[in-house]
Amino acid sequence: MGTASLSHEASADGATAFRVTRVVTDERPWARWLLIGVTVTFLSLFLVVPLAAVFAEAFRKGLGAYLASFRDPNALAAIRLTLLTAAIAVPANLVFGVAAAWCIAKFEFRGKSLLISLIDIPFAVSPVVSGLIYMLLFGMQGWFGPWLAERGIQVIFAVPGIVLATIFVTFPFVARELIPLMQEQGTEEEQAAVSLGASGWQTFRRVTLPNIKWALLYGVILSNARAMGEFGAVSVVSGHIRGKTNTMPLHVEILYNEYNFVAAFAVASLLALLALATLVLKTLVEWQMQRQVTEALELREET
Amino acid sequence: MRFALKRHSVLPGFGLTLGYTLLYLSLIVLLPLSALFFKSAELSMAEFWSTVTNPRVVASYKLTFGASLIAATINAVFGFAVAWTLVRYRFPGRRLLDAIVDLPFALPTAVSGIALTAIYSQHGWIGQYLEPWGVKVAFTPLGITLALTFIGLPFVVRTLQPALQDLDRETEEAAAILGANRFQTFTRVIIPVVLPALLTGFALAFARAIGEYGSVVFISGNMPMRTEIASLLIISKLEQHDTAGATAIALVMLLSSFVLLAAINGLQWYAGRRHHGLS
Repeated sequence: MGTASLSHEASADGATAFRVTRVVTDERPWARWLLIGVTVTFLSLFLVVPLAAVFAEAFRKGLGAYLASFRDPNALAAIRLTLLTAAIAVPANLVFGVAAAWCIAKFEFRGKSLLISLIDIPFAVSPVVSGLIYMLLFGMQGWFGPWLAERGIQVIFAVPGIVLATIFVTFPFVARELIPLMQEQGTEEEQAAVSLGASGWQTFRRVTLPNIKWALLYGVILSNARAMGEFGAVSVVSGHIRGKTNTMPLHVEILYNEYNFVAAFAVASLLALLALATLVLKTLVEWQMQRQVTEALELREET
Repeated sequence: MRFALKRHSVLPGFGLTLGYTLLYLSLIVLLPLSALFFKSAELSMAEFWSTVTNPRVVASYKLTFGASLIAATINAVFGFAVAWTLVRYRFPGRRLLDAIVDLPFALPTAVSGIALTAIYSQHGWIGQYLEPWGVKVAFTPLGITLALTFIGLPFVVRTLQPALQDLDRETEEAAAILGANRFQTFTRVIIPVVLPALLTGFALAFARAIGEYGSVVFISGNMPMRTEIASLLIISKLEQHDTAGATAIALVMLLSSFVLLAAINGLQWYAGRRHHGLS
């Protein structure tokens, strides 16, 4: 038992990890270093190299050419459209996620597990099919397309279609983060607030929201990254009209297919920066959530 | 009757939130998805069959499912090594590597696509060293597999990590004390416990790869019969205004991902039951 506890302490403390002699549940040093080597090589080759390539290609002809790519009005229009799409899709799914998590986590009713499965559906639908189903509804051969066209409303090959497809692909993110967390937290605190005379909105804002804020933020970060980066679904419904219905990823595609590589990678570098910011924020929020869990555990032990 | 559908609670807002959830879910997800089923029902059985068994379509299914299967297998092997290393060992840069595993989730697929194409093309950073060996990656099925491996990696690692963290070291010690060497402990004690997580990760990576579009279209070259994936075929049918044809192919893909999803749920249910049975 002595060796086992030693290994446990050692692995918890990075500094002393390699000074400890081998215990029965550790691999031999050569196996350990081989595995670390494989991991570092595989992740560098597969993840770091592509990321580095985006920036290397973007700056291939120097900073001037890079910056010139953003003077193109079509690039600016694409950036604006991407921001607009995310600004509509993310709050829409945020409201839905909170509403869905409230009724699912705080109440017992029949058909709940079916409802949870239905919310997860968009994750099982491939991006291209996600775009296609909106074509079937609002396209000229679709159910509502001709009716809307008579009234001068265009959904497909226009901004509303792009927003709808984006909402679809980011649909479950917030709900999925909130539901398990709120189920775990139970209803005791909210019941206490209501019995002390708080209104429903007050209960939510003062009691529930502080408990779920990090998970909420986590869901928002993930859905924002997907909303800004979605390609397949948006590609189907956009129509690729320059300066009008091209989001940033679609603009990257057009520039790339025109062999305008510097400009394509320049716009792509902004999306890569977004991805890096997403990873950093996500990691920070994960640490916060872990801290909250440990604090809650410590509090429980004290009482 | 109302009482039977919902257990009584003092908390407010049930009607409002459930109503909104159902309305939003129906408008955004259920109604559009049902359009796919109704639209394909407009096709006669013979038309549907001839569309989905057209040689070009069958070639794209074979490519999509084959490349996805290989990519998910590569991810199961390397993803296991990555998850094991990140959970068990402490080394400089571990937290950074751990954070960067999610890059394929965070990086827009179109960006991954052009970056991978740039690296593995004839004059690219890695492609130039493969070229003399006669290994062509860009614009071949190999490139497609590579892109699908890229986007599937986080699924395996992130599903395995919690399972490996929960592993009971004492069981491993017991195995060692009873005379098992490290390899035997690994294959007889560790693998059986984490197998459901590994299979779930594999299935998730596989499912994601089947529907993947953005990261593949650039590196695949999109040659009919050779490097044309099913998602792309749907898009080209749509561009030819063949909505019915696109719908038929989409339905096949949708049903196969639902089957996979059901398999994943079954696995998790099985793993959960086994877990409870043990403790």
